[in-house]
Amino acid sequence: MDRPLRLIPTDPLDRLARTVEALLVVASAPLSVQELAEAADDDAERIEDALRLVGERFAEERSGIVLEHVAGGWAFRAGREEAGACARLFERPAQRNLSQAALETLAIVAYLGPCTRPDVARIRGVSADSAVANLLERGLIAEAGRDTGAGGAVRYRTTPLFERVFGLESLSELPRLDDVGADAAEIRDRLQTVAERRSA
Amino acid sequence: MSGVGSTEPPRSGGAGFAGSGAGISVRELELDLDAFEGPFDLLLALVLKEELDLRDVDLAGIVTAFLERLAEREELDLEACGEFLVLIATLLELKARALFPDETAELAELEPEEAAEELARRLAEYRRAKEAAAWLRERLSAEGDRYFRLGPAPLAPKVSTQLAPQDPEALGQALSVLAQEPPEVSLSHMALRFPPVSQFLERFRALLSRRSKFDFDAEVGELTRLEQASAFLAVLELRRAGELAIEQAAPFAPIRVSRLKLEASPAEPATPGQKTAAPPAPLAQENNDREERTAAWTVRSA
Repeated sequence: MDRPLRLIPTDPLDRLARTVEALLVVASAPLSVQELAEAADDDAERIEDALRLVGERFAEERSGIVLEHVAGGWAFRAGREEAGACARLFERPAQRNLSQAALETLAIVAYLGPCTRPDVARIRGVSADSAVANLLERGLIAEAGRDTGAGGAVRYRTTPLFERVFGLESLSELPRLDDVGADAAEIRDRLQTVAERRSA
Repeated sequence: MSGVGSTEPPRSGGAGFAGSGAGISVRELELDLDAFEGPFDLLLALVLKEELDLRDVDLAGIVTAFLERLAEREELDLEACGEFLVLIATLLELKARALFPDETAELAELEPEEAAEELARRLAEYRRAKEAAAWLRERLSAEGDRYFRLGPAPLAPKVSTQLAPQDPEALGQALSVLAQEPPEVSLSHMALRFPPVSQFLERFRALLSRRSKFDFDAEVGELTRLEQASAFLAVLELRRAGELAIEQAAPFAPIRVSRLKLEASPAEPATPGQKTAAPPAPLAQENNDREERTAAWTVRSA
């Protein structure tokens, strides 16, 4: 025991990584690189380097805590292997028992948002009131201004919580759904044959 | 929306116009809204002639105005309430229709082919929404084992510089005004001037040198209450110094003051350095003290 143990490395990046860890463990929502940089009083590039370091330490199967890039920021979450233990202790009201109507409404708001309740109703063919209220209560969507034009219906958009629950870095991660052009043509043809049969 | 029959023409509200007699006149209800100012029946007329767009009219404002009018009266005018309900319900229905154009009617106006096209477009759109929903559901079950902390983010408030730049010195000056000690309140008008106790000390010593005992009450009987208090303090002081003894037969009985022989043994241990045990000596110091104290007192209260 001649030499004292050196538990704390003096590498400045490591020092910054520890600051980032501290900020993330206190945060209850993902922190952006910008927020981390401001809080750590360092520049964004070095924060990203530090995040890589933190990501290596807190990786799936390596640690019970996992660093993830989600909802436009960085956050700690529980490792997937620990889901069972977490499920026994914690409730997840935001995503529990999402109905088909709620999921469809959520999809419409996520893809077309900000959009109004009448917009949703027009696409789904039924009133969207209760589904919208349900999603609002869960915090998956939020009000985002009003429609211009007569009446000015309230518009809705998805929240960062939505991205977090669905594990999306951002809305741009949603899969493209524009390959349904063929569907439209097919549906039209079917409708037309039905119409012809009726008029005949 | 389908519950609102589109074939039924808008109600003219004619039935609702049946006179309400001496109660509140709903039609004369004065309105002060953003889009309209005037009596209620003028608003109705303008709306029915389509000269005023109902979409711009704040119907809640009309309800509020009516309720205020209703509250002014002591009894509930049921007839007026009924009339108002009919009218406002009609207006609400008209406004709702104006805000949400009837889609079935829109489709009905189209040519069959166009209608089919439109329907196909909508169905395709809905199919897309369903696919997106299915993707979300899959995603949810795939990401279901991700647990994370939730809660409002209590981020430190950002420093906002909405105020014009301020001079810190001005703030300092403002504070220094507050930090100054307030002027002392003068008590001169309620000065309590205690006659110095020392005056009575001398007086009683002189008295006891002439007589061996005296009656306190008789001695101070002609003095004011404050002087009597001072005199009594002097007696107590002398008693403490062992120069005299005090007797009282019963509470409120006359106080008898008698001289003590001091030469034999001073009641108080002699002050060190005091060679002669002269009776007044131990008191001299105290006398001065008291005099200073009383002087200080009278000065302060002056």
